[in-house]
Amino acid sequence: MGRQIAEAIVDGILVGGVYALMAVGLTLIFGVLDIINIAQGILVVLGAYLSYVLAVHLHIDLFLGLLITVPAMFLIGVAVQLAFIRPLRGQERTSMTLLVSYAVALIIEGILYKIFGPDYKQLSSWYVTRSVHVLGFYLPYIYLFGFALAVLLIVALYALLYRTPFGRSVRATMQDEVAARLIGINVSRVAAITYGIGVAVTAAGGMVFGATSGGFNPNSGYDLISRLLAIIILGGLGSIAGALVASVFMLTLESLVDVWSPNWAIVVFYAALVIVLVVRPTGFLGRREVRAQ
Amino acid sequence: MRPPGGSGLPGAGWRLGGVAVLLAVAAVFPLVFTNPVITNYGVFALIFAGAASAWNLFSGYSGYISLGHAVFFGSGAYTVGIAAKAWHLTGLAVFGLLPLAAAVAAAIAVPFGLVALRVRRHTFIVVTIAVFFIFQLMAYNLSFTGGTTGLSAPFLNWQAASYNDPFYYIALVIVVAAVALSWLVRRSRFGLQLRAIRDDEDRARGLGVRAMRVKLGAFAISAAFTGLLGGVWFYYLTQVQPPSGFDPLFDLSIALMTFFGGIGSLSGPVLGALIIEPGQLYLTTRFTNGYVSEILLGAIFLLVILLLPRGVIPTATERITAWRAARARQAPAPPDAGPEGQAGAGEGTGPGAVDGPAVRTGGTPR
Repeated sequence: MGRQIAEAIVDGILVGGVYALMAVGLTLIFGVLDIINIAQGILVVLGAYLSYVLAVHLHIDLFLGLLITVPAMFLIGVAVQLAFIRPLRGQERTSMTLLVSYAVALIIEGILYKIFGPDYKQLSSWYVTRSVHVLGFYLPYIYLFGFALAVLLIVALYALLYRTPFGRSVRATMQDEVAARLIGINVSRVAAITYGIGVAVTAAGGMVFGATSGGFNPNSGYDLISRLLAIIILGGLGSIAGALVASVFMLTLESLVDVWSPNWAIVVFYAALVIVLVVRPTGFLGRREVRAQ
Repeated sequence: MRPPGGSGLPGAGWRLGGVAVLLAVAAVFPLVFTNPVITNYGVFALIFAGAASAWNLFSGYSGYISLGHAVFFGSGAYTVGIAAKAWHLTGLAVFGLLPLAAAVAAAIAVPFGLVALRVRRHTFIVVTIAVFFIFQLMAYNLSFTGGTTGLSAPFLNWQAASYNDPFYYIALVIVVAAVALSWLVRRSRFGLQLRAIRDDEDRARGLGVRAMRVKLGAFAISAAFTGLLGGVWFYYLTQVQPPSGFDPLFDLSIALMTFFGGIGSLSGPVLGALIIEPGQLYLTTRFTNGYVSEILLGAIFLLVILLLPRGVIPTATERITAWRAARARQAPAPPDAGPEGQAGAGEGTGPGAVDGPAVRTGGTPR
């Protein structure tokens, strides 16, 4: 039993790293821009399909392929923001972003169905199937690489947000959009780029998800988005480190409960969110509410 | 032809007349179109009209967007299914279980709301999604819900040609009740408190609104109607499974219908549902290879939201008001035409209608 529990914890931490990769973009978009990006789930799947196309048709290594898919997803993100999200105004803006991003998700899902069909695909490479033996645990390389990538990206995002002029504009916009506009920050440009970055990061998450999930199809986005939303709320909206902490916490919890009852593991996932929010409405690392609403 | 006083909107008499005509049309609809394929569209459209209206009563008035109303819909469906099986009810007696479905949904809404309504509104959306998944998974895993196979309703020994009609009329009554209640709430102190919360919750609380109690009340009323409709839906389809009873698309659909018609308005959710639900049904039956209807639906959503960001009813009201104001300017203006016309009151409580005082009273009772 002790052995199983230890394995479950290791599993949870490793899978948590993969979820962190998918969740950081969402917390950036939700926390900074107040956009409830329902499309994030399908964007993860899109990222996975892009890596799939590069790997299968052009024989480009999955991690190397990120050099292509990340910029591509950045452009997709900026285009979506400019075309559909920027025009939204008014009091119900946040709720409208939810519907718009849902519509975008439907369209992307439909296109993916048209191109790839409903069959499950999986990304493969030598590091997907092989594992390294450490302290009696078999650790698949892909999870280790994925975890490293997650930490790397989180550090890079921190550097971007806290060490660059652009990051200062982003944080100013997050604190007070009107004041940011008054001191000369081009708020709509910041919004478009931030949304683009949030989507670009998702390309990395999608690749690792596609390699570890045991198969994905255009329908895989729905299950993902609800989990990702739960994770970023638990971590604290807009907190990038919180996304990592919450991912690891949630996935470890789920994998622990899974030892006893696979059926209830996912219930615990959502129940944990509800319980934590009762005790601490801002999540783990959320400072007070960022905005009044 | 214009109402006295040159007000921006038709007077009470005209409105009553319009409602009466609509009701008459709705009542004779199944008598004129007797084809079950058509009445089937009618039943679904009415179920969603009621659900959107109930959703609007909470989310539209309070500004807390719920994506967990499928919890109430599914609970209503399962309540009827489980109770009918346990008490061996068949035929018309099953309809007697509908109040129970409403009560169960409202009873679920109270603890649900007590937890979820503690957080601010953006987090609230996600908490409702989480609770929704907990319920769907419980439906899969608990013993009395029938697991993956779900439940089926007692067989109804009715003629196929008129099978849909009783369901149609029951749904119609519920829709009328939901709209009437929304109207009453709008005019009441309770409704004013709800809208004050929507506009600025901290200030509303400072002014003495018991925010939690008000929000919870609206949540429970909304839940009761949704549960009621879930019960009707279950008996109509004669079956429920976890993914159909607790369907995430249900939440997004009623939200979309309400936004399409005009969130916060009285007739908006009903209109939205009456247009979108048959459209959705048609698209999914017309294009059987899923993705075409998906892409079309998504594109239509986008167009609607970008072209009519505040919904059909508020936009139309505004247009009519502007048109009347223009005509009034040409003719010698009646003394009170100005302010009332500009306010675009009536249904114009749509999002961002007026960036003015903190508490928008919206539809001024007339």
